[in-house]
Amino acid sequence: MKYYTYYPGCSCEDGTATAYSMSAIAVSKALDIELIELEDWNCCGSSPYNSIDELGSLCLGARNLSLAEKKGLDVVTPCSSCYIMLDRVNHHLKESPKVKAKVNEALSAGGLEYKGTVKTRHMLDIFVNDVGYDAIKSKVKKSLSELKVAPYYGCQVVRPGPSFDNPENPQTMERLIESLGAKATPFPLKARCCGGSLVIPEESVALDLTYKLLENAVSNGAECIITVCPLCQVNLDIYQGKVNRKFKSNFKIPVLFFTQLMGIAFGIDNKTLGLGKCVVSPDKVLAKSSAVEKGG
Amino acid sequence: METKEKTSSTFVDEICSIPGGEKIRLCIQCGTCSGSCPNANKMEYAPRQLFAMARAGMRDEVLSSNSMWYCASCYLCTVRCPRDIKPTDLMHVLECLASRHGLSTKKNKTPAMYQTFSNLVYGTGGMPEMGFMMRFYLKTNPFSALSMIPTAFGMLRHGRLSLKSRKLKPEAQRQLKAILDKAKELGGS
Repeated sequence: MKYYTYYPGCSCEDGTATAYSMSAIAVSKALDIELIELEDWNCCGSSPYNSIDELGSLCLGARNLSLAEKKGLDVVTPCSSCYIMLDRVNHHLKESPKVKAKVNEALSAGGLEYKGTVKTRHMLDIFVNDVGYDAIKSKVKKSLSELKVAPYYGCQVVRPGPSFDNPENPQTMERLIESLGAKATPFPLKARCCGGSLVIPEESVALDLTYKLLENAVSNGAECIITVCPLCQVNLDIYQGKVNRKFKSNFKIPVLFFTQLMGIAFGIDNKTLGLGKCVVSPDKVLAKSSAVEKGG
Repeated sequence: METKEKTSSTFVDEICSIPGGEKIRLCIQCGTCSGSCPNANKMEYAPRQLFAMARAGMRDEVLSSNSMWYCASCYLCTVRCPRDIKPTDLMHVLECLASRHGLSTKKNKTPAMYQTFSNLVYGTGGMPEMGFMMRFYLKTNPFSALSMIPTAFGMLRHGRLSLKSRKLKPEAQRQLKAILDKAKELGGS
């Protein structure tokens, strides 16, 4: 059994990405991972907070990490934005003792201290690097051999780094997809931006970027896309209809969290994986997965 | 001339005083950032030009521009910058300075969105997504929410909209507020 401090983040906890947390927890259980939720965690502030108050934004992350330091386990989160906001606290405060002193001065107002003793990890990282591809492969119960999957990394899981994979041409999910028995399609734009939260104030900017991603995935033969980020999933799935209206396109490609695809391969039921929460129906994916039940 | 040099050094110093801003002096104007940016074509000044203007002391032009507000924090410029100046962080620093001095552009709704988001995080310690969207639309253009109706309907149908949101325990919320207030008091540097 492996133990981690779990930081779900707001989107996964009770926002648009609850299915991500549901499937991450179910898959973790199948892989003998115990996720212990961080008590009293606060929002990471995401990029908006560090665009308004940089020091405050570092404090939001530092409070979470200082709470996690009491247990000393690595902090793992499924959300790319939470991951980068927590991870950058460790990087920035290590690089700058002056900023670290200021953050600690602020934290002391709440009776806390940041030491920098816990690592921050993304869910994808712990699955492939701590558990490993072979162990993942051994849990596969359903064949996905016919399924063509585009691995979408987006930005903040691989950049700015240093991260567990290449910042511009990551490979982790390709290997994961193969371990699950599915086929990873080429996806040249796999680590390019979807527009992120700009979809709210500047919708057309994000729709332009999202259109390019969907087009790139579909023209390379993908039947579904997997993502590692709640916001990427929102843009590619929930806004797919708006992309179609804007560009007169006809995309109908399911967009799953990578943990949902793992769960399907592991034979976990649809409800536990939150598959009903996909706006673009994942039936195509499910039809292929149920075709063959792996023996033994 | 003397005054101009004085102004320019002051603005660069101001940038350097916020975490992430200190490397602007190392920029060699190669333009890799502008060439990598997915939204450079939407900006009044693409990143390379914006940094040159900042170093030339064009404080008001820089801080009131829309440029940094189109940064989607994709960090492509950051991993490619040959001088390791971390342009994404620099964009956040410029956003912080623009917010602090009330110079944020009104031509783009991103500053209003970030402010609404940050106020909620400050006030609650969490991010109630529904409440955030409603506040943002009320603050900017309530009518633009109409175009969201089909999208919201799809979300509702698939259980993607939730009215309830996690609340921090009162003592945890008080603790967080004390920390954030202290951070504000300490300023940027």
